[in-house]
Amino acid sequence: MSEITTEQVAHLASLARIALTPDEIQSLTSDLRSIVDDVAKVSEVATPDVPATSHPIPLENVFRDDVPGETLTTEQALAGAPDHDGSRFRVTAILGEEQ
Amino acid sequence: MQHAHEIIRLDASALAEKLAAGEVSSVEATRAHLDRIGAVDGDVHAFLHTDSELSLAAAEEIDRRRAAGEQLHALAGVPLAVKDVIVTNDMPTTSGSRILEGWRPPYDATVMTKVRAAGLVPIGKTNMDEFAMGSSTEHSAYGPTRNPWDLERIPGGSGGGSAAAVAAFEAPLALGSDTGGSIRQPAHLTGTVGVKPTYGGVSRYGAIALASSLDQIGPCSRTVLDSALLHDVIAGHDPRDSTSLTDPWPSMAEAARRGDVKGLRIGVVSQLSGEGFQPGVLERFREAVAALESAGAEIVEVSLPSLEYAISAYYLIMPAEASSNLAKFDSVRFGLRVNPPGGGTVEDVMSATREVGFGAEAKRRIILGTYALSAGYYDAYYGSAQKVRTLVQRDFAAAFAQADVLVSPTAPTTAFRLGEKTEDPMAMYLGDIATIPANLAGIPGMSVPVGLAAEDGLPVGLQLLAPAREDAQLYRVGAVVEGLLESRWGAPLLTKAPDLTPGEMAAAEGGAV
Amino acid sequence: MARDELMDFDEALERFEPVLGFEVHVELNTKTKMFSSAPNFFGGEPNTNITPVDLGLPGSLPVVNGQAVRYSISLGLALGCSIAESSRFARKNYFYPDLAKNYQISQYDEPIAFDGQVDVELSDGRIITVPIERAHMEEDAGKLTHVGGATGRIQGAEYSLVDYNRAGVPLVEIVTRPIFGAEKDAPEIAKAYVATIRDIVIALGISDARMERGNLRCDANVSLRPRGQEKLGTRTETKNVNSLRSVERAVRYEIQRQAAILAKGGTITQETRHWHEDTGATSAGRPKSDADDYRYFPEPDLLPVVPSAALVEELRAALPEPPAARRRRLKSEWAFTDLEFQDIANAGLVASVEQTIAAGSAPQSARKWWSGEISRLANAREVDAATLVSPEHVAQLVALVDAGTLTDRLARQVLEGVVDGEGSPQEVVDARGLAVVSDDGALIAAIDEALAAQPDVLAKIRDGKVQAAGAVIGAVMKAMRGQADAARVRELVLERASAE
Repeated sequence: MSEITTEQVAHLASLARIALTPDEIQSLTSDLRSIVDDVAKVSEVATPDVPATSHPIPLENVFRDDVPGETLTTEQALAGAPDHDGSRFRVTAILGEEQ
Repeated sequence: MQHAHEIIRLDASALAEKLAAGEVSSVEATRAHLDRIGAVDGDVHAFLHTDSELSLAAAEEIDRRRAAGEQLHALAGVPLAVKDVIVTNDMPTTSGSRILEGWRPPYDATVMTKVRAAGLVPIGKTNMDEFAMGSSTEHSAYGPTRNPWDLERIPGGSGGGSAAAVAAFEAPLALGSDTGGSIRQPAHLTGTVGVKPTYGGVSRYGAIALASSLDQIGPCSRTVLDSALLHDVIAGHDPRDSTSLTDPWPSMAEAARRGDVKGLRIGVVSQLSGEGFQPGVLERFREAVAALESAGAEIVEVSLPSLEYAISAYYLIMPAEASSNLAKFDSVRFGLRVNPPGGGTVEDVMSATREVGFGAEAKRRIILGTYALSAGYYDAYYGSAQKVRTLVQRDFAAAFAQADVLVSPTAPTTAFRLGEKTEDPMAMYLGDIATIPANLAGIPGMSVPVGLAAEDGLPVGLQLLAPAREDAQLYRVGAVVEGLLESRWGAPLLTKAPDLTPGEMAAAEGGAV
Repeated sequence: MARDELMDFDEALERFEPVLGFEVHVELNTKTKMFSSAPNFFGGEPNTNITPVDLGLPGSLPVVNGQAVRYSISLGLALGCSIAESSRFARKNYFYPDLAKNYQISQYDEPIAFDGQVDVELSDGRIITVPIERAHMEEDAGKLTHVGGATGRIQGAEYSLVDYNRAGVPLVEIVTRPIFGAEKDAPEIAKAYVATIRDIVIALGISDARMERGNLRCDANVSLRPRGQEKLGTRTETKNVNSLRSVERAVRYEIQRQAAILAKGGTITQETRHWHEDTGATSAGRPKSDADDYRYFPEPDLLPVVPSAALVEELRAALPEPPAARRRRLKSEWAFTDLEFQDIANAGLVASVEQTIAAGSAPQSARKWWSGEISRLANAREVDAATLVSPEHVAQLVALVDAGTLTDRLARQVLEGVVDGEGSPQEVVDARGLAVVSDDGALIAAIDEALAAQPDVLAKIRDGKVQAAGAVIGAVMKAMRGQADAARVRELVLERASAE
């Protein structure tokens, strides 16, 4: 396993959109190193013949009928919003392009 | 008419009988518990929010319907504390986080719809580790909850508030959520009962997700029967939760009342009954196993060889799912918004909000989870952890071929002191060794009190584990353990807890008293 | 914005080989959204067609729309794909304000359909087979409106407003494999491919497929490699291409732009580019960087989709005929010549003509209107003819002509009214008072007036010089402001002449 660097933690923080302080990056780097040292052992037993389990109780084909149900009112939708224009949520300028 | 101090000490089932008989009204019961909260919660801090007016109105409505001769549910009129991870359309829901401070959801969780339909009276939202990330409730943005047995100690987590509320007689019943032991470990540390149902047994709709494939809502109470009664209310299929099971469920209350273990094979998990466990915890555990044997159970030893990998897998899967689940807290649609000095783009605002709004443990897990899912690391970490999950399931399948129910201490130690482990996340994580495997495998688990550790006089819990969908077995066996030990002690364990002296109210009070 | 340098198209093709690829997003026309029971309808008041799920409210959970799954399987089958025995949803994690949960529920390594191919017919009748890599299900994002700044575009905006009505609308994304050998036909293949996808989803009835409304969206990938080079060149992905015409133009533009850069020894940046309908150019988005680490993982809130063989066969049996076979059949049913059919096929008007005929028009009338006047108007307005007017309205127009209510000339005026949103053809006729004057009394009065003004005409007609009637007919038509049937006027003029 590669040694975790502060640059890597800073990159993870930007992916996760958290403006960590340099001190936080420092301490998270050391936390992450010790945690990852420990949890990395999963790969010891995760051999190719073992299938992955993503759901503890296996189910499949759980579908909803295509029938409209109750919706929120605009008031309900906007009630918890930090900022809005009466019908839409307002955010400050967007730098990046749409995906 | 009973005195308030007597009402609050009634079990939910006993209170329910008095309510049904008209000896106590729901308003009296609700007021008694609200008064108790007012008296002791300044010290315990089990609640983040109460609303007397709202709760008393709900209680009044139950009393009115009962007076009108309506046939009500057995638990109608009984007060219920609700972990703040569960969304409520009439009370704020914060999941213990600053980022959701004051948020009032426009909808009710499915479990809330069910408990309201049964006539239970919600009396407040209980404290928890932020987003259920923790084992001590010290990671709540609103300050820690304290253990009613010793106010200098933690009540466990993440559901420390619900367990402490029940242990401190602030509520006879509470709802919790269990992702890696958050119902069972606090039950162990507070001398109460807590149950994590089979994954999919109770709807997750409206439970703020920590790790979607591990989370499960369940009951907290002072007796096995009370948990069973609440379990019966909240269980069942919900079309809003794709992972909800369609199975019909037998009555858990009936299983608890029937309670017998004759001929039942009880498997002691060898990896969870020796090294690394506090002597007083092991002593109480062995005593409980011996009691089960004396009641006619057959004791066998079983092994879960992948256990040492389970905790590693858990601390990859849980943060990975959490990092994605917590992405929605971005200051756009709800919750906190922090504008960086001098303004900035929406990216800057999101990053500043999440920096201020999330606590240290939440950030730690989000970064860890982001790492585990990153390109180039997925196979080694998340992918491998999912494979370990398969191994854990295989271990349980083999163990349940030899035993009907598995037992272990619920956690390695009794309650530690506040602040004792906050600086060492890995040490805190290792405390979940006994509870985590059940979440990875989706099987049901219970913690039931088995006495006090000799060295510190603090409660110890016995964990029972059953195969998926066999939740009723937990109640059947748990009731026997409870009955045998209480008759030996002469009274419920909680009668040995110290009296709490009335102090100042700390929870946010939303309505006039 | 500096204008890109472009190389002459033919020269570009001489020096470089274009390689194409497409990602087409199809919005399904289910009644509800992909993962919530909110109505699948995103016009109207902002933030009204939403549930806690679409808003990503804490605690809410997605549940898959079974109808969307069936539609997706049908589409996969129509694209000649294999249907996965087991398919899964995954989370694609990235932060963007139109994405309520800051992850999109999509499919990653286990799409519902994969390994298909679709035959695309070019204007000269050649068939090109486009290889399909996969078709997968996902949810649409909300809609952003940028406020402030000069153009309403993202750059320079002061703030943005978010409407989540579109969030959660079911999408199928169809991804091709690289398309080689397109050569100078690359722009036409691009257009024909998207038109074919449109025809398929319309025939399946699973999407409204209106490109101008975003029901069908195409991202066009273009790369060039020097002749003789094995290795693929760096590609760009052009988004926001909202009409068949734009698809064709955008591909042509990118070929010319990239060729100019490469010819000068420059390198192509792997990036998203945006098509601008107004300037007919593409512009660079932000370059794809390491930040595009989507951290895909299986969606834990949803279960695998495992279509039974019986379901797949049922949907296969219900498939409409493939577009190429369908064209052959329609051509013979309508008795069109090769040229007549190619005309409407190349213009992407087969479905429009078919629907017009279904609404009651004769095949030749329907063809004539669509490839004639409607196409002319569409060209003038730089839009796709198919989107200009509904087939029902065209059929109504034809019926009015057939009934003699309108002359061709009047009908063209009515069509313009319909296109301008004045209502149905009948409504335009009523509002503008455009109907043919069929009242003989009024015509006779006008004829008498004209005859009185030109007394010599009557004599000429009586002398057998019937063509002299033309002058009177012209005067009558002018007096009636064109709202008369010239043939009837002629009849009446001759009647008047012989009567006296």
